[in-house]
Amino acid sequence: MSSTSDPDLAAYCLMLGDDALIMSHRLQEWCTMAPELKDEVALANIALDLLGQARVLLTRAGSADGSGRSEDYYAYFREEDEFLNVWLAEVRCKDFGQLVAALLVFATWRLAVLQRLTGSSDDVLAGLAAKAVKEVTYHRDYAARWVIRLGDGTAASHERMQAGLAYIWPYVAELFVGHEVEKRAGVDPADVRAEFDRVLGEVCAAATLVVQPLVPAHCSPGRDGMHTEAMGPLLAELQGVARADGDATW
Amino acid sequence: MVTADAVVSAVTDPELPMLTLADLGILRSVTEADGRVVVTITPTYTACPAIETMRYDITRALSLAGYPGAEVRTELAPAWSSDWITPEGRRKLADYGIVPPAAAASLGRRESRAPIACPRCGSTHTECTSEFGSTPCKALHRCRDCLEPFECFKCI
Repeated sequence: MSSTSDPDLAAYCLMLGDDALIMSHRLQEWCTMAPELKDEVALANIALDLLGQARVLLTRAGSADGSGRSEDYYAYFREEDEFLNVWLAEVRCKDFGQLVAALLVFATWRLAVLQRLTGSSDDVLAGLAAKAVKEVTYHRDYAARWVIRLGDGTAASHERMQAGLAYIWPYVAELFVGHEVEKRAGVDPADVRAEFDRVLGEVCAAATLVVQPLVPAHCSPGRDGMHTEAMGPLLAELQGVARADGDATW
Repeated sequence: MVTADAVVSAVTDPELPMLTLADLGILRSVTEADGRVVVTITPTYTACPAIETMRYDITRALSLAGYPGAEVRTELAPAWSSDWITPEGRRKLADYGIVPPAAAASLGRRESRAPIACPRCGSTHTECTSEFGSTPCKALHRCRDCLEPFECFKCI
């Protein structure tokens, strides 16, 4: 592996790695909260897959920026404004309808990006993408099945699913803005918009849900290290143990 | 002295003890250089929690067989496929009551698969209850005839 510094690649790995790490944490919060035991297992499995992807990406960031810092450094010892995840990953979902809506959008978008990244000139990124495509396909299918089941279910479940979609919808436009680093080092997410629209459209049609048009966003605050107020408490929980005992090993 | 390759090939999976790492198809290479063994394995899933235990089990087995200080590397590319489970591995899984993955993941996933037979009664009147099971690599199914719940290796 090259030891020369590549700041764009490092930042890009942090973006994709932070998306996975923070989304994984949000999914882990659903342990003991899901409607059925098998959904607890499913959400924990999805969270684990994303955590694995985050580990590879954060480790790559540490080699690409020339610092040699570990995955643990990036996860536990960065400040909030150093995290580069999109806002969608940090949204706190209090209703299962909100959660599966967020997961459907996140997985559909990430899968489309990862499919294109399999051709990355960086071997680590390309290898991770090829592996992660298999995993995220399952995540998307899981979320899509729930969205259809609830949307096309009873009047009450339909209403909650539509409300869930509305809850996360303000965070969707950010996904497609395209930060300069994404354009230079990886995949311009604007290129996956058509595929995203097609998949979301198919799922929501089957779910009898109305998809609102996206209000175009002009900036991607998460990619620049600006976050919602939900991020602070999330990091406090994620980083608390590591920061309380710097010598701890696990 | 047993070859390092034979030692590593016989190490079993911590979660699926009926399978050796060779059966599972995660062993990429075993090389010896300067009196030191380097083993390269590939995880079934990026976050497979068994990898650390496998690393320990491999170095321990090698050490006991007279190859101390072995190094275990992990490599993601090319991505592991359930197609890499050997015919012997598939037979062992089936004997243990876990339905082996359908051949050729590349031909399509669950939707296009032949019906899955219940490992207990053989009925193909079965359904998938969750695509996520006790480990990342397995899904949960249920037989609609004998009502037995069972696990099925995912086709990836």
